[in-house]
Amino acid sequence: MTNPIYLPVIVLLLGGAGFAVGPLALAWVWARKYSPQKSGPIKNAIYECGLESTGDAWIKFKPGYYIYAIIFLIFDVEAVFLLPFAVAFGGFTAAESIAMLVFLILLVEGLVWACQKNVLSWS
Amino acid sequence: MDEQLKSELRRQGVVATSLQELYNWGRRSSLWPLNFGLACCAIEMIAATMARYDLARFGAEVFRPSPRQADLMIVAGTVTKKMAPQVVRLYNQMPEPKYVISMGACAISGGPFKQGYNVLKGIDRYIPVDVYIPGCPPRPEALIDAFLMLQKKIDEQYLTGPNRPRHLNADMPSEFVVPEFGTHDLVPTQNSEVWKAPLVNISIAGKNESGRD
Repeated sequence: MTNPIYLPVIVLLLGGAGFAVGPLALAWVWARKYSPQKSGPIKNAIYECGLESTGDAWIKFKPGYYIYAIIFLIFDVEAVFLLPFAVAFGGFTAAESIAMLVFLILLVEGLVWACQKNVLSWS
Repeated sequence: MDEQLKSELRRQGVVATSLQELYNWGRRSSLWPLNFGLACCAIEMIAATMARYDLARFGAEVFRPSPRQADLMIVAGTVTKKMAPQVVRLYNQMPEPKYVISMGACAISGGPFKQGYNVLKGIDRYIPVDVYIPGCPPRPEALIDAFLMLQKKIDEQYLTGPNRPRHLNADMPSEFVVPEFGTHDLVPTQNSEVWKAPLVNISIAGKNESGRD
């Protein structure tokens, strides 16, 4: 005889499985008995705000867009942190100022790198 | 079981119900509208869902942005001929059971723009409409009234038998003809399974079937 201390676990497992399968089974029985399935070409078509979708969803994205993502991150993160820095600037200790400067330099370095790659020039 | 016995039992704290009642109760209590507005009536529809009018009291607060999850289409506003195919397509993409409320004069008949070359003269030419709300635009109370009427209609539907609603009948269609842009008008100009032209010539009344003259 197995150890009866695992009985609650088995009951819980069965209960959980029943909770998941029960409604699906009920829906299946309901559909068989009362509500017939009515699928069609339009109903099964891809939903795109009522318009017929054109082309494939599996299209290629140019990997060059990573530059824009990185530059966006530079300015975005900078803007998020610069304002609190400016507000709390008067109460900074030397260590805090250095930490802040390191952070800013890291971001500016990214900007300089982007400048050197010539991605910021408008062409 | 007759109604008298049922109410008597309910007074004693016993709830007796049938599968049909339970099913209808479930359907009418969770009518989720499609998140979709066409013109100024949509503003009233939005107002009806907000705190002042609070459509959520009747189980319709969840406006679904996808037809896959919606039960009710509120055609709120002027349906232009440019938009009509999309409206019908959206209706086709909704799963059964699905209902339509035609909100405002424009959705019923074209309203003040009826003479316009680009305005559809009623969405009921293409899809079956359950409740019409007149008004230009109807107030949110009118929409709530229409909603209650739709709930009443659902409550009276049968689960089996010849009078059962469309979604329980395998022989009845779930998709309707989507019109296409023709040279001068939409093709077809109406779905004759759904809509019959009203009788115009009174002298043939009774001799001919409505709309077949």
